[in-house]
Amino acid sequence: MSRLRMDDLKRIMAESAGETEATRLDGPVDDRSFEELGYDSLALLEIVARVRQELGVKLDDDTVHLDDTLRQAVEQIEDVAARQQAGRP
Amino acid sequence: MTASAQTVVTGLGIVAPNGIGTADYWAATQAGRSGIGEIRRPDTVGYPVRCAGEVPADVPVTSLPSRLRVQTDRWTHLALYAADLALADAGLEPASLPDYEFGVVTASASGGNEFGQREIQRLWSQGPEFVGTYQSIAWFYAATTGQLSIRHGLRGPCGVVVSEQSGGLDALAHARRAVRRGTRAVLTGGTEAALSPYAFVCLFASGLLTRAADPTCAYRPFEPDADGYVPGEGGAILVVEEAAAAAARGATPYGFVAGHAATFDPPPGSSRPSGLRRAVELALADAGIGPTEVDVVFADAAGTPRLDEVEAAALAAVFGPFGVPVTAPKTMVGRLAAGGAALDVATALLSLRDQAIPPTVGTRRVADGYRLDLVLDEPRPARLRTAMVLARGFGGFNAAAVLRAPDPHLPSR
Repeated sequence: MSRLRMDDLKRIMAESAGETEATRLDGPVDDRSFEELGYDSLALLEIVARVRQELGVKLDDDTVHLDDTLRQAVEQIEDVAARQQAGRP
Repeated sequence: MTASAQTVVTGLGIVAPNGIGTADYWAATQAGRSGIGEIRRPDTVGYPVRCAGEVPADVPVTSLPSRLRVQTDRWTHLALYAADLALADAGLEPASLPDYEFGVVTASASGGNEFGQREIQRLWSQGPEFVGTYQSIAWFYAATTGQLSIRHGLRGPCGVVVSEQSGGLDALAHARRAVRRGTRAVLTGGTEAALSPYAFVCLFASGLLTRAADPTCAYRPFEPDADGYVPGEGGAILVVEEAAAAAARGATPYGFVAGHAATFDPPPGSSRPSGLRRAVELALADAGIGPTEVDVVFADAAGTPRLDEVEAAALAAVFGPFGVPVTAPKTMVGRLAAGGAALDVATALLSLRDQAIPPTVGTRRVADGYRLDLVLDEPRPARLRTAMVLARGFGGFNAAAVLRAPDPHLPSR
């Protein structure tokens, strides 16, 4: 089970849901929310599904919300991954 | 709006195998330059169908935001691009109209078949959790209409018509109905991108595709031994508006949507005749004109003798033997399903503008019994005020539309 770094999340976001000129992911976006960056609920579902596939970790649809920042998302996902690795719920 | 509200076409956006954009397409079409070639897609190697009308693979990818591109099929990409061209051509900024007064009605025949194939492959090779979320919105017939509506903020009447090759005419009629009911403008027309293996396998089953390998003479409608059609991708998006409102904002129309009719064929084996002739007659009646007022007919041109025969017979019966010039510029692009009739309408309007009938290519000799004046190889200058477009969709759909040039005393294209 691999770790999720901010760069990985951004790569997955760009690949699976795209980006716009106004909110390029190579800009200062770590503390902006998915919603602010223009991603809707379908986009978030797609992003989370791809993260799940890449990390091999069980994430449910509630792990990340549209109003979470990218930084918060990385932390929340890492949290779940760490608990699963340690065998805790 | 009153019952006398008239509908005009004010913008064209064309994406075709022989030209991207109106100028490109029309120059190629008048020159008889075909966009049909041997299929280049690597995933169709070994298929019995060897020719297709393909739009270059890099159209229109670079001009669409990646956010939109990943959640839509190629068929929608082509339509989004064509719509940009059409709106620019019409000089109509969507935000300049109240959002409930601008609608979208497109035609689709196979929806997001390529996107869907990819997701079906993931389903069966990797499992359901690998099916992409966007499959839910990319495949279905209304995806293009929905994305156009969202992208441009068009909250007027919206819909999609699925009648295979007839769809483009039926969507246009639906748009006209919306205009008559008070909608100021409608984006209409259609595109198709049905050259994925999944789409091809579906098309094979009709038995109506040619297996000819030489692209210069694969699709030859009305020849005595025509052996099928060539499929193609692309189409046209049109801006239609209420005529008085269009004139008030200084738009210059291509022409009026003067008439339309749709009929349905009886089942195979029935002794009742095809409904095509009745569609022609009803469309003329809807336009309030007689056959002698039609200056050119853009044929459906199925390319299979038993179907060509029906069309030729209908034309001879209504217009008289050799009674009206007939042409099928779709021989330069293939049959584009939901994009086909829309492109024919655009082509007919350009013909009215430039007073010249574009040629049919591929066909060398019309079967004697058809008694058709088919315009072959070279464009034919002619005094054109009224054009008819015919379209038949697989499964029994017939549609006919009448387009009329703008009033000669008012500014036009």
